[in-house]
Amino acid sequence: MKRLMIGNEAIARGAFEAGATVAAAYPGTPSTEIVSNFAGFEGVYAEWAPNEKVALEVGVGSSIGGARTLVAMKHVGVNVAADPLYTFAYTGVNGGLVLISADDPGMHSSQNEQDNRGYGRFAKIPVIEPADSQEAKDFTRMAFDISERFDTPVMLRITTRLAHSQTLVEEGEVQKPELKEYKKNAAKYVMLPGFARGRHVEVEKRMLKLKEFAEETDLNRIEWGEKNLGIITSGVVYQYVKEVLPDASILKLGLSNPLPEKLIESFASEVDRLLVVEELEPVIEEQIRALGIKVEGKELLSIVGEYSPEMLAACLAGENAGQSFSLESQIPARPPLMCPGCPHRGVFHTVKKMKLVVTGDIGCYTLGALPPLQGMDSCICMGASIGTALGMEKARGEEFAKKVVAVIGDSTFVHSGITPLIDIVYNQGKSTVIILDNDTTAMTGHQDHPATGLTIRKEPTRKLDIEALVRAIGIKNVRVVDPLNLKELETALAEELARNEASVIIAKRPCVLLEREAAQKRYYVDNELCTGCKLCIKIGCTGIYYLDEDKKAVINPNTCVSCGLCPQVCKFDAIKVVEG
Amino acid sequence: MDKGIKNILIVGVGGQGTLLTSRIIAQVAVQMSYDVKVSEVHGMAQRGGSVVSQVRYGEKVYSPIIKKGDADVILAFEKLEAARMLDYLKPGGMVIINNDRVDPLPVMSGKEKYPEDIAERIKGLVENTVIVDASKIAESCGNIKAANVVLLGVLSKAISLPEAEVEKAIQEMVPPRALDVNLAAFREGRKLFTV
Repeated sequence: MKRLMIGNEAIARGAFEAGATVAAAYPGTPSTEIVSNFAGFEGVYAEWAPNEKVALEVGVGSSIGGARTLVAMKHVGVNVAADPLYTFAYTGVNGGLVLISADDPGMHSSQNEQDNRGYGRFAKIPVIEPADSQEAKDFTRMAFDISERFDTPVMLRITTRLAHSQTLVEEGEVQKPELKEYKKNAAKYVMLPGFARGRHVEVEKRMLKLKEFAEETDLNRIEWGEKNLGIITSGVVYQYVKEVLPDASILKLGLSNPLPEKLIESFASEVDRLLVVEELEPVIEEQIRALGIKVEGKELLSIVGEYSPEMLAACLAGENAGQSFSLESQIPARPPLMCPGCPHRGVFHTVKKMKLVVTGDIGCYTLGALPPLQGMDSCICMGASIGTALGMEKARGEEFAKKVVAVIGDSTFVHSGITPLIDIVYNQGKSTVIILDNDTTAMTGHQDHPATGLTIRKEPTRKLDIEALVRAIGIKNVRVVDPLNLKELETALAEELARNEASVIIAKRPCVLLEREAAQKRYYVDNELCTGCKLCIKIGCTGIYYLDEDKKAVINPNTCVSCGLCPQVCKFDAIKVVEG
Repeated sequence: MDKGIKNILIVGVGGQGTLLTSRIIAQVAVQMSYDVKVSEVHGMAQRGGSVVSQVRYGEKVYSPIIKKGDADVILAFEKLEAARMLDYLKPGGMVIINNDRVDPLPVMSGKEKYPEDIAERIKGLVENTVIVDASKIAESCGNIKAANVVLLGVLSKAISLPEAEVEKAIQEMVPPRALDVNLAAFREGRKLFTV
């Protein structure tokens, strides 16, 4: 019987059916559910790695060791893993390895919208693009065969809309896992220049074989319709094309690197007009143009953002999106917010109050950049906060450093914050770093990491001691504070910033969503004392709001979790505990 | 072109249970042997922001996302969110609104006003508007959080999803300890829609 699955669950299933026994990932939207689902199967190993580079390296070892291996990450994670990826493309595999790249056109939950199909061409590895959950499962399974047949890692490239759409999947038989024989083979796996030169030749031979394979594989197919318009497309965008232009002829590319050049030439020769419909970069279009084939693409369709059926309808069918109903008025925006009781709020309230320059990082706390807290000056990528703070200090001097603080979460610190902290010590920076330790990877849905003491399956393991690690690196000034104790936090920050040495403040309190204890006390606003100054409103908490009619603040008992932050902010002691 | 396909847009505020509701509707469609696609929102937007899930079912469904002006029903867990997504409704479409208000940040901070009459204004614009006190009804059933299932009850009656099929899906997808409250809330919801 068919069952609904999000694309990510289908990929996990496909890997399991293919007999994969090892999987590694670092969580990142929209990829997270792939390996968390895989961890639910019996008889397999799955792990959260500290970062994507380590995840892929574990995958490389597992593949060389003979097991079919799944590695998953979001698009920007592949940047972190790019170093092993490019050279693993030279060595090739023993057990098949499939790397899932979950791209995020439209940046639903990301800092950029890079198109990772580019990696396929750059690293010279096959790129496979499914268009729904059934294909996600089936293509993942096929990807393992292709990986072993052509001795190459395979990238399965998906996008948010595939990862997080549920469509029907018919499950298949589970293939018995086979651990391939391990034989020492330095010429294949030790990439010294002398060996690597030989492997590069193999890579080029492999690409020629893959080009032939592209012409014949079922991954690519033509759906003939009317021949006045032929569309070449891949991934979930295929579904939008079918929706909007049901009569067009379509060449659907399941294998988008390398391209089936002959198939494209013959398809092009049979249609009056050829159009490539692909989200983001003109990866396919430019290669077709290089073949000397007349083709349209980005002159009609945007290079920016996520595609949708209505956007294709407007650009290709001249259909204006039906706007049958529209209210004439402005609807107040509803941006995402930190949760009531979130420990990060105390930190961002404080850095704003102290008018600090904040180099930020990736996690829930990036929301601290938004109004009303607006407590962040930069956010680039995972782990960037610490090196950025040091760079600012080196550019503007030590006095400036007394106003700069780097802010990074616990999971992000373990991911890629440790080496820049070593840089601060090594190069005698005076920077202050706040590690927001909420005991989880919150933004992606509360995954464990080395400092939570639990594995992906919630089994207890040795817990990384962040405080001891920071001291071992050579940071002398390390303090642990409660981020919801504003006085303690502000004092710690003022003292550490003033110091002529590097400092780390660990702001430690579990994510409020982890285990919400029933609040022991409730708060209310004393109307006699409230002056309507809105200081408490400026912490941006849904537990307290401003009532315009009364010009007073009001606690919302349905959302307030009694974290006690707003009473500390109030200058008139107007927020009181309900007695009894 | 969309003949035979039902497009349902489920809108609300992160944390209100839009995801579970869309999954229940989709499961019902599976039980009824339809082709089904659901588009969900995970990640950053879930943190108290506007969220939209989309369910499409019919004989054959391609796109998991609905075009503007193509939704048969907008099921809104919050009034303002119904207004925000109203341009997705097709002519003759229906809006089911929970008569509940969750203030977004610009309103909480006093910078903008919550348009209090928003549900009535939608009703003035869309003939098929059903306004339901789902949160109050859920509370009377035992848990205010079951408001989503009250709305599901209204929707299932409005688009003629068989009661038994929906209850079967609820039983499969709701945790056992919350089942009684949810089933009660669902049945109350069904009573609220009369033609």
